[in-house]
Amino acid sequence: MATLNPRHEEGLFYVLAALGGLVAAIGVGAALYMEHTGHVVTGMNNQIVWGLPHVFAIFLIVAASGVLNVASIGSVFGKKAYKSRAPLSALLCIAMLTGGLAVIMLDLGRADRLMVAATHFNPTSVFGWNVILYPGMYAIVAVYLWTLMEQRMNPYSKAAGLATFIWRILLTTGTGSIFAFLIARQAYGSALLPAMFIIMSFAWGLAVFMIVQKTMFGWNAMTLHPAIRSRMKNLLGTFIAAVFYFVATYHLTNIYFAKQTAFEEFILLSGGIFPTLFWVGYVLLGTIIPLLLIYVPDLNRFRGSVFAASALIIVGAFCLLYVFIIGGQAFPLEIFPGYDVKSDFMDGAIDHYSASLPEALLAFGGLGIAFTITTIGVRVLRFLPQDDIAELEAAGSIVD
Amino acid sequence: MNAPERNPRRAFIAAAGAGVAGLGFTAIAPGLHLMAVGEANAAARPAGTAASPAVRWGLLIDATKCAPGCTKCIDACHEENGVSEQLPDPRQNSQWIRKIELVDRRNGRVTTLPMMCQHCATPPCVDVCPTGASMKRADGIVLVDRHTCIGCRYCMMACPYKARSFVHTNLSEQNPEVPRGKGCVESCTLCVHRVDKGQQPACVEKCPEGAMTFGDLNDPTSAIAKRIASVPTTQVRGDLRLDLGVRYQGI
Repeated sequence: MATLNPRHEEGLFYVLAALGGLVAAIGVGAALYMEHTGHVVTGMNNQIVWGLPHVFAIFLIVAASGVLNVASIGSVFGKKAYKSRAPLSALLCIAMLTGGLAVIMLDLGRADRLMVAATHFNPTSVFGWNVILYPGMYAIVAVYLWTLMEQRMNPYSKAAGLATFIWRILLTTGTGSIFAFLIARQAYGSALLPAMFIIMSFAWGLAVFMIVQKTMFGWNAMTLHPAIRSRMKNLLGTFIAAVFYFVATYHLTNIYFAKQTAFEEFILLSGGIFPTLFWVGYVLLGTIIPLLLIYVPDLNRFRGSVFAASALIIVGAFCLLYVFIIGGQAFPLEIFPGYDVKSDFMDGAIDHYSASLPEALLAFGGLGIAFTITTIGVRVLRFLPQDDIAELEAAGSIVD
Repeated sequence: MNAPERNPRRAFIAAAGAGVAGLGFTAIAPGLHLMAVGEANAAARPAGTAASPAVRWGLLIDATKCAPGCTKCIDACHEENGVSEQLPDPRQNSQWIRKIELVDRRNGRVTTLPMMCQHCATPPCVDVCPTGASMKRADGIVLVDRHTCIGCRYCMMACPYKARSFVHTNLSEQNPEVPRGKGCVESCTLCVHRVDKGQQPACVEKCPEGAMTFGDLNDPTSAIAKRIASVPTTQVRGDLRLDLGVRYQGI
């Protein structure tokens, strides 16, 4: 693989960092505009109260938790091939968590009341728990990184890794519970959701990791050892299949309940953009094609097949979250079972949502923040995974 | 602000009612009784005293009396609470109270009724609010503390009745007694500022059909409690067991 000229390489780094920073800055600018004018400039309304920013934020937060799986497999489950990837996985976690939280915070109606959120705590609120879980995640990952990077602290890295593992399971349980605890909406209120969010985090986080790892290896003119690539891609395939299992179970149980069939008919068949995003975006692009790219030998031999599968998994993730979050609100809330209802406020009517430019810029701003932190982080901290193939082979961690 | 005026008619009825304490009505001629139906409320709550947990304010809406096409309750609510914004996208306007038309799928019977915050005894909006801004007063009125609402809209996701609205724009022409604000969530307050003065909610007072009865659900002698004890009433989505403060008759 061709190596970049050092001067060009440095220039490219600054261009990437500047681009990420620009997207982030535009996102923050859009948030300030929304703060000044109110949410009247967004496509969100009193029926669809959470929109595109929430889709992006929840993807980033869920993937942030899942990307740490790579570290956990090394430190908690003792797989040596993953240990050298732990620092990068922790950095990606912090980067995506920051991007996701920034979007959630900046979309608040009163983003200036961050201190109120920090000082007023309602123990019955899942959001309230998250006010503890999210900052706690930063702290615990920072400590974990410290134990990984500081030689004297190395003996504590296993304990810190275990604590991180437990914390992120709690964190994603909290994210799934945001929806699981909604008692009346047809799309939510299922105990399946926290577990589904955890497995989604595994898949999406690993997909993000594979993309970043591939990019870093390419940047440094390195090639991932085929045995390690094979292990990681198989793990990714397993996670994707598991996500599909949960999504299928969620919809099949709903279809079985008479009170939910109208909602499922809307989401899966008649709901315009939502069935398209579900079947084409999530099922075909985000699940079937990645599984083929990962498991069909003729396909996965191609350089870039795992990268392509990972990118498609992320596309599918956004489609799935859009259907879940926006579609779940677009379908009318059933207030009077057994009646056809109408009002001048969307009762009994399907709502339509289209994101406005400011909220789309805010949403992409979250990606910009995560990208910028990652770009600068991997440059400054040199978190490139270094595989000692001989040692791994000796330990039986890889088999050619 | 003007001091609340005493309503002589209400005072008379109250005095008459007090004079026949324990009976609830007085005979003014054989076979003819003056009933204290207008009895709104207990006395006004003096400033500086806490709301009483002995009281549970509630509303009974007789859907059989609610006239199709009539929006008097909505108009009264909007005027009383200064809800006046008209945004290009009407879905972004605040909805404190709305009229819903129901058509029974089995027999086609049409009913109209006003829908607003149902003032649950166990409100999901209060459970999910991260800062505790969504709260239930001791007397059962569910409110939003505008000083601690951060505008996350989680309460709107949690409400089974779509009763909450998010203020999408800058506001003007506000009623000083009903502070509202861009970026916060709001909903029907049962006109708490009027109730605390011993008055009825604006929608109840302005309903030309007398379809709405307001009062203390905990007081067996109140008109609302008597009515609920004597006619079949419904709690919307009663399967959720939220113990609503708003009850409906005729659905």
